[in-house]
Amino acid sequence: MDLLTELAILLLAGFVGFYVISKVPNTLHTPLMSGTNAIHGIVLLGGLLVIGEATGFVNDLILVIAIAFGTINIVGGFLVTDRMLEMFKGKPGGQASAGAGEGEEG
Amino acid sequence: MEGITGDLVRIAYLVAFALFIVGMAGLTSPTRAVRGNRIAAVGMAIAVVATLFDQGVGDYALIALGIVIGTVVGVPAARRVQMTAMPQMVALFNGVGGGAIALIAWAEFRRSGGDITNLEIGVPLVFAAIIGSISFWGSNIAFAKLQGLISGTLKIPGGLFVNIGLMAAALACGVALLAGSDSELLFILLLVFAAILGTLAVLPIGGADMPVVISTLNAFTGLSAAAAGVALDNVALIVAGMIVGASGTILTNQMAKAMNRSIGSVLLGGFGGQAGGGAQAGAEGEQGTVRSTSAADAAIQMAYASQVVVVPGYGMAVAQAQHAVREMTKELEKRQIEVKFAIHPVAGRMPGHMNVLLAEADVPYDQLKEMDEINGEFPRTDVSLVIGANDVINPDARNVPDSPIYGMPILNVDESSSIIVLKRSMSSGFAGIENPLFFNDKTQMLFGDAKGSVGEIVSELQSL
Repeated sequence: MDLLTELAILLLAGFVGFYVISKVPNTLHTPLMSGTNAIHGIVLLGGLLVIGEATGFVNDLILVIAIAFGTINIVGGFLVTDRMLEMFKGKPGGQASAGAGEGEEG
Repeated sequence: MEGITGDLVRIAYLVAFALFIVGMAGLTSPTRAVRGNRIAAVGMAIAVVATLFDQGVGDYALIALGIVIGTVVGVPAARRVQMTAMPQMVALFNGVGGGAIALIAWAEFRRSGGDITNLEIGVPLVFAAIIGSISFWGSNIAFAKLQGLISGTLKIPGGLFVNIGLMAAALACGVALLAGSDSELLFILLLVFAAILGTLAVLPIGGADMPVVISTLNAFTGLSAAAAGVALDNVALIVAGMIVGASGTILTNQMAKAMNRSIGSVLLGGFGGQAGGGAQAGAEGEQGTVRSTSAADAAIQMAYASQVVVVPGYGMAVAQAQHAVREMTKELEKRQIEVKFAIHPVAGRMPGHMNVLLAEADVPYDQLKEMDEINGEFPRTDVSLVIGANDVINPDARNVPDSPIYGMPILNVDESSSIIVLKRSMSSGFAGIENPLFFNDKTQMLFGDAKGSVGEIVSELQSL
């Protein structure tokens, strides 16, 4: 991909983030922060991509730590958010959400 | 990324993006939020699995090792953490994300043999490394402060100039590398300067401002993930990172607005320094006598009220008093007393912190009133019961222009007929300033652990 395409994607993703999020009520800000926090765990992918091309013990060590960090970010982030949100479930004002399956990989 | 596999990976990424966006949109309502979060998690799983099929990926044993370590550490941590400790947990998870980015940038630098003179790759790589390192160390300090491992605020003389100097030093390392130096030492120095900067930037910030800091660092981590995506030519990192960067910025803005603070002044650590001087001046003038009361008396006052407003704060979270508070609410409702909860946007340590705790204790969602909604109700409220809140009800924010919190919107608790404050001692709030409300004629203090005090009130109510 050339730089200009990447910058265009960057810009559009920024707008998406802006408009999806500006509608979140105050009360959900903590779970929201926690949920978006889990999403930037996507850096794990960076670790996966670089480890395939890197060689040597030091590089491997750095990247295994990075992959572990990224996994903690993702798994921990989604789980904590789920725990927080479970508490809002089934309260007056709406039905409990349908039993969506567990979504953690690992 | 080439051929059919490459196309399939890209299609999987597109599905993942859609799921992220749908998931985040689900977070806009309390009833759909659980599902929203899980949808986003499914999106993440798809993105991770798809990447494993990418031809550039190898060393599956090492990848498995990293993922297993991360899971073994992350899952129990997320499962066991107390609801009250949520904010620091979010800080910690954010920190490791930033750390991962800094490490990936470092590994990519080593892999390229130190040649990052292709600016399309080099500039975003340097950006990702600096911001990732700042985010990692800043988040760890935020965690340590909220966890009570570091107490008080440490003011570094000329802190701003030190920080600017550190940033300049990190950038100088980056520029030297971009200009052709292949010294790994320079790259490590860049990470170290950024690390010191992250540490020193967060150390002086007072606890009341911590949510804004964590949110800022969250946005930073997102932006550095996006930068890493540009450097590594991976569209998933760009999109997901940027969405988080944008949303984190908005969230930070809203929080800062609720506290009537600009993001700049929070990050420059103004609170910690000003608090001492301004507060003492304000307090000495107004300090009067403090009336204390008993649980029995508090119970009687509330039993004969027609409307009671509960104002929860961090003290309620620390004491784990939310279930006792719910019991008390039930007792009052049996007597046809209207009970409402006044939730200040920054009560606790994060926006929504109180809502999470009260929801855990089964307090109906519609009893929780936001500041604008409840402020008009205080004049016709008989008893305001303040449980471990302090700065968010400090009338100095309205009346004393010298006060460091002047201008911050507060709950106008002092307009209600009487005020009962549950508090451990007369110590000041996290912002470190005195609260003249405690010396108000209408105020009675009920000293002790919030959970114990509320429990006593419940048993007194039952025996009335």
